[in-house]
Amino acid sequence: MKKVYARPKSFKQGISFHYCPGCGHSIIHKLIAQVIDELGIREKVIGVPPCGCAVLAYNYLDIDMVEAPHGRGAAVATGIKRVLPHNLVFSYQGDGDLAAIGTAETIHAANRSENISIFFINNAVYGMTGGQMAPTTLLGQKTSTSPAGREAKRDGYPINMCDLLATLKGAVYLERTAVNSPANIMKTKKAITRSFQIQRENQGFSLIDILSPCPTNWRMSPVESCRWIDEVMIKSYPLGVVKDATK
Amino acid sequence: MAKRLMRGNEAIGEAAIFAGCRCYFGYPITPQNELIEYMARRMPEEGRVFIQSESELAAINMVLGASAVGARAMTSSSSPGFSLKQEGISFMAGQELPAVIVNIMRGGPGLGNIAPAQSDYFQATKGGGHGDYHTIVLAPSSGQEMVDLTIEAFRLADLYRNPAIILGDGMLGQMMEPVVFPEHMEKTEFPKEYALTGAKGRPGRFICSLILDTKEMEDHNWKLFRKYELIEKREVRYKTFKLEDADLAVVAYGTAARIAKGAIKRVREEGLRVGLIQPITLWPFPSQFIRKTSRRIKDFFVFEMSTGQMVYDVKLALEGEGRVYFHGRPGGIVTTPLELSRIISRHYYQVKKGKEK
Repeated sequence: MKKVYARPKSFKQGISFHYCPGCGHSIIHKLIAQVIDELGIREKVIGVPPCGCAVLAYNYLDIDMVEAPHGRGAAVATGIKRVLPHNLVFSYQGDGDLAAIGTAETIHAANRSENISIFFINNAVYGMTGGQMAPTTLLGQKTSTSPAGREAKRDGYPINMCDLLATLKGAVYLERTAVNSPANIMKTKKAITRSFQIQRENQGFSLIDILSPCPTNWRMSPVESCRWIDEVMIKSYPLGVVKDATK
Repeated sequence: MAKRLMRGNEAIGEAAIFAGCRCYFGYPITPQNELIEYMARRMPEEGRVFIQSESELAAINMVLGASAVGARAMTSSSSPGFSLKQEGISFMAGQELPAVIVNIMRGGPGLGNIAPAQSDYFQATKGGGHGDYHTIVLAPSSGQEMVDLTIEAFRLADLYRNPAIILGDGMLGQMMEPVVFPEHMEKTEFPKEYALTGAKGRPGRFICSLILDTKEMEDHNWKLFRKYELIEKREVRYKTFKLEDADLAVVAYGTAARIAKGAIKRVREEGLRVGLIQPITLWPFPSQFIRKTSRRIKDFFVFEMSTGQMVYDVKLALEGEGRVYFHGRPGGIVTTPLELSRIISRHYYQVKKGKEK
C-alpha cells in the first residue's frame, strides 16, 4: 500500500501536544516540521522558541533550539546567524512577544535585514498567561485585561506588524496567512517554505504573520474560532503578500 | 612582547580579540564608548562579528544566541546599561551559557553621572538579575590587569559555562597605561557538547532555562549551587601589599585599591604599619583569606567608591573576628591618595589609642 501521509521526520516520535484543542500552534509546528523535511534542512536548522505556550516547541521539533527571553527572539536569532551564516535560523514568536515587548528587536533585525525567518503567531491575545489584551487585540475585543472590549482611546489601536515592517528597506519578504481552513493552511505552508528559501538564498529578513486560533482564551469552540478569523480578524489583518522585495 | 600604551577600554577590547572573542555586541554609553568604538574597527579587521545593537537588551541576547552555538562572545556597558543586561545574564546563568560582560561603572542610581564609581558591587556579585545564581566577577585595577583578567574571564566563563563579569570603572576605562600582551594565547580546548550546530546525524538538542517540574527545577538549582561551590573553592584571587607586618588592613578593589596603595605608601613613611588586601575576584570573594588574616590583624579599613557594599562581605568573612571601619566616596568622587592617607592615619591612631586604654 502506498503511504500518503506520515508524521514529519523532524518531529520527535511518541509525544503528543500539550496544546489546547483547536489551537493553531500544533498545526504550525507540523507545517514547520513538514517544510524542514521537504527542504531537507533538518541538519541545518536552528530554532528559537518564544516565551509563551510555544516555549515547549523543542519538545516536539527534533531540531536544535535555544529558548529566548520574552521578546528577544530576533536578537537571539541574530547572534546565532552571525556566527553560523550557513545554518538556517528561525524564531517563532507570539504577538505579545513580537509586537509588544520585542518590538525593538523585531524592527531592528528587519532593518539590518538579518538573514533569518520569523514565524509570527498572531492570535490577538496573550495565550499562556490567560488571554490578556495583546498589541494585536482588535478594537472592541474582550480580553481579561480589556473586559469591556479594547478601546482605542485607552488601549491604543491594534498594531499591524507587517505594514509597520514593510516601510523598512531591510524587510525583504512579509506575508500574512492563517491556519483556520485547509486552503489557508496550505498557503501558510507555502509561505514558510518561501521564507526558508529566501534565507537559503541569502536574500535577508522575512516574516510570516500567521493568524492562529486560540479557542480557550477567545472563549469559543474551535469551529467558532476558525469562523471568527474569517469574519472578524481578517478584516483588520488582510491575508496575502504584504511585501516582496526578493530578487 | 613590546609595551603598548592603551586606554583601559581599548585594552579590554584587544584582550578579548586575543582571547578569541568571535562576536562583540554593544550599545554606546559613557564611560565605555572607547570599547565599542575599538571593537567596531578591530572586529571586522579580524573577520569577526561586530553589531551595534538597538539596545543593551538586544546586545546581551545576541550574546546569548552566539554563545548557544559555541562562540566566545562579549558585550560591554556602564551602570544603567548593565541593569538592562540582567535579563540575559539571568537566562545565561540558568542555561549555563558562557559569556563575558564588561561593566565600566559610573555614578548612580538612575542616570547618575559619568564619573567613576563602584556602586554596582551588589548587583554584580549577588547575581544581579532574578533567580538563584552567581556570576564570576573580576575586578581589575590597572590597564595590565584589564588585559590579563579579560583573557582569564573568557577561560573561566567557558570552563564553568557561566557568565563572567569584568567590573571596572570610568577611571580605569579612560586612563591610558602601558600594557603587555602575552606572547601566545594558551589554547585550552573546551568541548562545548551543548553547542547548537544543526542536528547533523543526531537528535535535536535544546538549551533552556524553563524547567516546569518543581523537583527538576530544584535539582537544577542545586546543580548550579554545587558549581558555584566549586568556583568558590578553586577560583578565589586576591593580591596583598605590605600586609606582612601590618596591624591595620585596608580592603579595597579596582581603582580604590590603586588609591589605597598610594595612601599606604604615605602612611608607611610616617611609620604606620598598614597593608592592603585587594580582592581580584569579587565573586568568589576571598572570605577565607580575610578570616585567616584576622588571626593576626584585628582592624580592617574598607575603602570603596560607594556608600559601602563590599564592606558587608568583609564583615561576613570576619564573622565578628575583627573590627571593621568603612570609608566611602560615592557619586563619582575619586579620593586622592593624600586624602585617604589622612583618614587612614586618623583611624590608625584612634584604634591604637583604643588599644592603650
